Amino acid sequence: MKCIIVDDEAAARAITKQLCKKIEELTIAEEFDNAIDAIKYLNTNTVDLIFLDIHMPTFSGFDFIQTLKNPPLIILTTSDRNFALDAFEYDCVVDYLVKPITPERFAKAVARIKERGSVTQKVEEPVSNNSDETTTTIGNDLYVNIDRRLVKINVPDICVIEAKGDYIKIKAEDKNYVVHSTLKKIEEKLPSHLFLKVHRSYIINTTKIVDIEDNSVLIKQDVIPVSRANRKELMQRLNLL
Amino acid sequence: MELDRPNLSYIKTLADGDADFEANLISIVKRELPKEKEAFLESIREQNYQNSAEHVHKIKHKISILGLEKSYDIAIAFEEELKNNNPSQLETFLNILQNMEEFLKTI
Repeated sequence: MKCIIVDDEAAARAITKQLCKKIEELTIAEEFDNAIDAIKYLNTNTVDLIFLDIHMPTFSGFDFIQTLKNPPLIILTTSDRNFALDAFEYDCVVDYLVKPITPERFAKAVARIKERGSVTQKVEEPVSNNSDETTTTIGNDLYVNIDRRLVKINVPDICVIEAKGDYIKIKAEDKNYVVHSTLKKIEEKLPSHLFLKVHRSYIINTTKIVDIEDNSVLIKQDVIPVSRANRKELMQRLNLL
Repeated sequence: MELDRPNLSYIKTLADGDADFEANLISIVKRELPKEKEAFLESIREQNYQNSAEHVHKIKHKISILGLEKSYDIAIAFEEELKNNNPSQLETFLNILQNMEEFLKTI
């Protein structure tokens, strides 16, 4: 997993780096002593995980999260226990580490990321319609594994699914879910009459489209890119006048 | 009030035999602490106790890095008091800082 560290304290960054060194899956791509530089970096780079200090001058960790349109997974690091409740208001926050961070506690946080989940199974088996594969339906419920819990998502409520490294972000009507899986895997579990892959990083629920431009669609408030190769199929799906 | 003594227990646990990391972290603490102390003292001189609380918050981590559990608790209480514009534990906190500085000179 590609990670960055954002902490204004050099000692804290050195400690986080050392803790990451012990865990093979983690690669520190960059470190930043302020949130602004991290935002600039994220404008042109993607990462899987951010170790983020809450308490930074002028621009706090929470301010930073709010500026990210599609935040990756975040582990908050802080010397203050008082922010724990605020921290978990954000779907992207996986854990909250109070300094001084011990190797054992750090390993537990990383394990949480690994357990954050993979798409497991649908509740109902597909109801096969032998005549036409594209009309194959599944039950309305998709269960995803998040923090050792199987969380039910009502499939018709799903608006967009975005690939994010080893994870996918499922944006539903009321809530977003980050799941360890791939677009290919989830595409196989979704009813093809509702969902369409419009870009290598996006699957959309075609019934949620608000507006279409040449190379993008608007779903809720998200502008989703549509690749040239997928545009034709998208247009065929729509009930055009 | 008798304060606890700084030690390298936490740093050595993190290092797990990595001498370069140990030396690097100690050198960072030696470099950062005086700056953080100076910024803290300036805020005290200006009686900007909200700002002082911010500096104590940052220094708190260094206190824990040097294994000072009791001093860490004192710093937590002092930070809260400063948020209420109460610097009455200043002397104790300065003793903690002095304790750390003297220890850092020996390593």
